[in-house]
Amino acid sequence: MYVYDQYDQKIVDERVAQYRGQTDRFLAGELTEAEFLPLRLQNGLYIQRLAPMMRIAVPYGLMNSTQLRKLAEITRVYDKGYAHISTRQNVQLNWPQLAEVPDILAELATVQMHAIQTSGNCIRNTTTDQFAGVARDELEDPRPYCEIIRQWSTLHPEFAFLPRKFKIAVCGTTQDRAAIAAHDIGVELVANTRGEIGLKMLAGGGLGRTPVIGSVVCEWLHKKHLLTYLEAILRVYNQNGRRDNKYKARIKILVKAMGVDAFREAVELEWAALKDGPSTLTDEEITRAQSFFTDPDYQKLDGDAAISQLDEQCVNDPIFGNWIKRNTNDHRVPGYRIVNISLKASGFVPGDITDEQLELVANLADRYAFGEIRSTHQQNLVLADVQMDRLYDLWQGLQAGGLATPNIGYITDMICCPGGDYCSLANAKSLPVAQAIQVRFEDLDYLYDLGPLELNISGCMNACGHHHIGHIGILGVDKKGQEFYQVCLGGSQGKDASIGKILGPSFKQEDMPDVVDKILSTYVTLRAEQESFLDTYRRVGIDPFKERVYAKAN
Amino acid sequence: MPRLIKNGGIVEDVWLPVDPESPSPPSEQIYSLDQWLELEDKTGSAVQIDPGQSPAPLFSFLKKIALVAVDFPVFTDGRGFSYARELRERGYGGELRATGHFIRDQLTYLQRCGFDAFQMADESLLEESLASLADFSEHYQVSIDQPLPLFRRRV
Repeated sequence: MYVYDQYDQKIVDERVAQYRGQTDRFLAGELTEAEFLPLRLQNGLYIQRLAPMMRIAVPYGLMNSTQLRKLAEITRVYDKGYAHISTRQNVQLNWPQLAEVPDILAELATVQMHAIQTSGNCIRNTTTDQFAGVARDELEDPRPYCEIIRQWSTLHPEFAFLPRKFKIAVCGTTQDRAAIAAHDIGVELVANTRGEIGLKMLAGGGLGRTPVIGSVVCEWLHKKHLLTYLEAILRVYNQNGRRDNKYKARIKILVKAMGVDAFREAVELEWAALKDGPSTLTDEEITRAQSFFTDPDYQKLDGDAAISQLDEQCVNDPIFGNWIKRNTNDHRVPGYRIVNISLKASGFVPGDITDEQLELVANLADRYAFGEIRSTHQQNLVLADVQMDRLYDLWQGLQAGGLATPNIGYITDMICCPGGDYCSLANAKSLPVAQAIQVRFEDLDYLYDLGPLELNISGCMNACGHHHIGHIGILGVDKKGQEFYQVCLGGSQGKDASIGKILGPSFKQEDMPDVVDKILSTYVTLRAEQESFLDTYRRVGIDPFKERVYAKAN
Repeated sequence: MPRLIKNGGIVEDVWLPVDPESPSPPSEQIYSLDQWLELEDKTGSAVQIDPGQSPAPLFSFLKKIALVAVDFPVFTDGRGFSYARELRERGYGGELRATGHFIRDQLTYLQRCGFDAFQMADESLLEESLASLADFSEHYQVSIDQPLPLFRRRV
């Protein structure tokens, strides 16, 4: 992974000092609430319902074991002994003290971490595929480009006060695991007709209260133009994005209002002035960025022998076998597998992890996965490089820490925002709904029979829980001071991205497990053999679900 | 005389603030964009850009203009950052002044976007605000005061 040199370290250290001064001035009454607001937001600090919430950046979801141990220590010393993985692959603390945040930032800086631009109307953490570098369907590793974008966007002087927040995602695979079409800018590594790999640039995607799938602004861009092209898009947005209404301020509204062709023209016009300027990437810089994402020291293994040995272990211990089947993925190197660590155990908050679990994962990563850990936008963790003959030991280690729930990609592996329990923006609580659904669908046989299913929950239309792109999406709404839940069906992330359709009138919290149950039993009745929930929905449409859920009781 | 930060020090202002209602502003006055567009001889003139006013009409007169003031009615409206860069990137070499309600924590970004003068809403903050210009000694990106990105300078 990327390692700071003296320049990177200096920038982060100076940021800590700057923020310490800002906090001091705020506490001394020299900065007003309104002035301090964007400053603290750009350092990841929200003031929430019960306490401040601090969001720590995990650039494109990559961490090492030293960083994980530091996070564990921070949650113990400055918080209540647990952290939360967000849908932007970041780490959140729920109970830090405002006055102690500069100290937390100083601690983070010692392990090359920060909270820069994890919030506020600026360019946020760039995200990517959690299987980058190890996926079989990868055209090229997206992480070097993520790191180049990270550096370019960090403390960018021109784009710190945009009309609204701005999110970029990069992917390099045929199956998009980074939801790039749901981002302000999506970057995809693609080959042109000559087989040369370049960048496809999408803009104007986003969730929130007006969900939009991104439009293609450039079909193929030479990699060296990455930064100047991004700069041109941002400049058009910074000058023309709406600032009169925060709900119409995202770039998706601008792209829609202008039309994608006029938007592209405006970008090309700005780009003409920037193209081939000093921000044009050099071959040396791309090579330098790539040099941080080379292969770890893989063993040369007999893949077939490793597979048959693993198969045998799976037969001998079916519980292990089930975990392998549900929570591990193919790796491009023979004899290795990708391991997903589920943070969706029944009875726990989705995405939460305790200080002891953080340390356990750090130790297991050192022992079995080259000391590297990834966070995912599905709010889980990944150990990307595990030798097959060591999976059993790793699994036992994870089991001991309550981290081996075999539910990756199933309905209980849901995405869920912190909701009304923590967030001051929320209209409704999301965690009790998540937990009630988890309890209802605890039966593993039924869970697996339902097949791959994404259920996403947001506590308000800011859509941090990505409810629009869940196969089943749940949105908390406020009805005259009462918490209700709206359900949408048929959303999807990935290459065939789609926005879910609203089922009908909203429901009370206590009815939600029954509602989900009815939706699923409708699916089970209607599905063809091997047909997934999403495929069935796409074939039969929303009506059968509507009829079943809203049927009058006999 | 009002004071402001200019070229890293504190100086007295020689220009009169914009008065959009005035039918014939004196030559030492900063003109509104509308007044300025009417001006026949733009040599040595000063003009103010408000958010939403593209600086494009100035582009053909950049050698003649003595001062461009970019106003920030609220500090969270960042359009002026792009206006400044567009002016400098097209070769504007005169005074580029930030006016209005920006805050000292933005000085370093403003300077990097090409501003060399800062007229703060509260003049009593000028001295202490000067220190904020030195918040950062290193940057990743190209800026007006650093024409090469860090990746072309790393050793």
